[in-house]
Amino acid sequence: MRETTRGRSIALHVVVIAGALVMFFPFYWTIVTSLSPGAGLSVTPSLWPADAGLDAYRELFTELPFARVIGNSIGLAIVTTLVQLVTSATAAYAFSRLAFRGRTVVFGVYLATMMIPLQVLIVPLFAELKAFGLIDTYLGALLPTFASAFGIFLLRQAMNQVPFELDEAATLDGAGHFRIFWTVVLPNIRPALATLAVFGFMGSWNSFLWPLVVLRSPELQTLPIALAGLQGQYTTQWDVIMAGSVVSILPMLALYVFAQKYVIQGVANAGLK
Amino acid sequence: MSVVTTPPTAIPIAADSPVPPRAVRPRRRRGIRHALVVAAFLLPSALPLLFFVLGPMVAAAVISLTEWNLLAPAEWVGLDNYAKLLGDPATWAVFAHTLYYIAGYLPLVYFGGLALALALNTALKGRSLLRGVYFLPVVTSWIVVAIVWRWLLNPSNGIVNATLAIFGIDGPGWWTDPAWAMPSIILASAWKDLGFVMVILLAGLQAIDPELVDAAKVDGAGWWRRLVSVVMPLLSPSTFFVIVISLINGFQVFDQVYAMTGGGPGGSTQVVVQQVYDLTFRYGRAGEASALSWLLFLVILAVTVVQVRGQRKWVNYA
Repeated sequence: MRETTRGRSIALHVVVIAGALVMFFPFYWTIVTSLSPGAGLSVTPSLWPADAGLDAYRELFTELPFARVIGNSIGLAIVTTLVQLVTSATAAYAFSRLAFRGRTVVFGVYLATMMIPLQVLIVPLFAELKAFGLIDTYLGALLPTFASAFGIFLLRQAMNQVPFELDEAATLDGAGHFRIFWTVVLPNIRPALATLAVFGFMGSWNSFLWPLVVLRSPELQTLPIALAGLQGQYTTQWDVIMAGSVVSILPMLALYVFAQKYVIQGVANAGLK
Repeated sequence: MSVVTTPPTAIPIAADSPVPPRAVRPRRRRGIRHALVVAAFLLPSALPLLFFVLGPMVAAAVISLTEWNLLAPAEWVGLDNYAKLLGDPATWAVFAHTLYYIAGYLPLVYFGGLALALALNTALKGRSLLRGVYFLPVVTSWIVVAIVWRWLLNPSNGIVNATLAIFGIDGPGWWTDPAWAMPSIILASAWKDLGFVMVILLAGLQAIDPELVDAAKVDGAGWWRRLVSVVMPLLSPSTFFVIVISLINGFQVFDQVYAMTGGGPGGSTQVVVQQVYDLTFRYGRAGEASALSWLLFLVILAVTVVQVRGQRKWVNYA
């Protein structure tokens, strides 16, 4: 009996670890290819490149405005994240702490916006921003990302768990809503704010369809768009394309290692509620 | 107190949270003041939602009733666009391709994610590291995933076919072959989303009271029996969530199609959203594109409503 459980446990380990290696392999292969000059022209790189070099990265940064593209992605992601934190936190406070007529209905409408696919909005959004003269501008790329129904939902759930007695105590001390929001509620939901920050950054960093539509000039493009363009241009130079992929994955990877707990918890909680 | 330790209870979405008693019956002057406070807290989110989600949503409905190339003034055509779309075999084809994608993708990520969640829910060495590795693709962008898989599955010198060749297997043309293009996209998508599904189901598994499983064990139920009769019913809320989200996302599949095949070869992977994009920005048929996106929205809405209605029959909220 004991032997079979032990055997089972070993078998389980073997299967799960083998699976993890398979899952990780595309990342490994991306890096190997990016370090193998001339990969894809005629050769399939070997598992361990003998003549590893950074030529592909050099080409990426000298032949293309890649540094600018990275800057665009970082800038847009930071602004999106900060604005989403503000708009989500204030809205969540209203839905958690303020009494007003029709609160439930308004909250329902907010949540319903999560279900509307971006694709339905593409044509009118494009027309609207064109009318404002915001096509091919950073602002045009940013504006539709400013409110996040997911973020509002997440922060409201967290705020509802901050004891209301704390508010009352603060009120007795003469604090108004802005003060309670800033000094009582926000400091108590730091993990939720961190979760939203990670998701906001990730969403912006990886977003594709809207930036593709709105950002036209090469120097305004973001990483995913530039990568898609690179792929069209360099159909056989896989080392350059893979170098671009590595460059776009690395910052996300760093953020993920740093904030893994929040990312995974955020996803896990989404499924529980 | 944080989201990190939220108990896994099903919190009714529309339920009101308690409100400080002070705010319950405001006097008139304080009422105006209070209204200003509410406005100050709501406007930062309400304005973007109004201008960039709800407004465009209504505008899309209006545009769908016109013929418009984004430049010249729009011309009112009533329901013509819808009639045209429904009578066009291309529309049925893009919906069929989208359903093909979902039919391949959903079982793959669900059962794969379930198997992983069950495995990682047992006492396993290096569990959190393994969980991290399986989750890694979730944080990368669809574009990178599509590009990397295009390279792995490159018919002439990709690693997959090179590996198959070692075993004497002549690998297929993958994304260059109309028969294999959609399976290629499904494979890449499943790889990316497996970790997401795993985490949702793992959270669901960890919320199950172990006593219930132990009780079944005492009653002599084997592993499979416990899984089917105890674990799966208790996991049904998480399963429900995964299926609802995956279907919504599945109908909206685009990024990976755009970057892997662009809808080709021979239109074999032309999905609904790729068609919306092409209609708008390649052919300048914005009215028709809006009509198609509204059709897509209605389909998603209908599928979601059916699921939410049907959940009573199988979803078990303890």
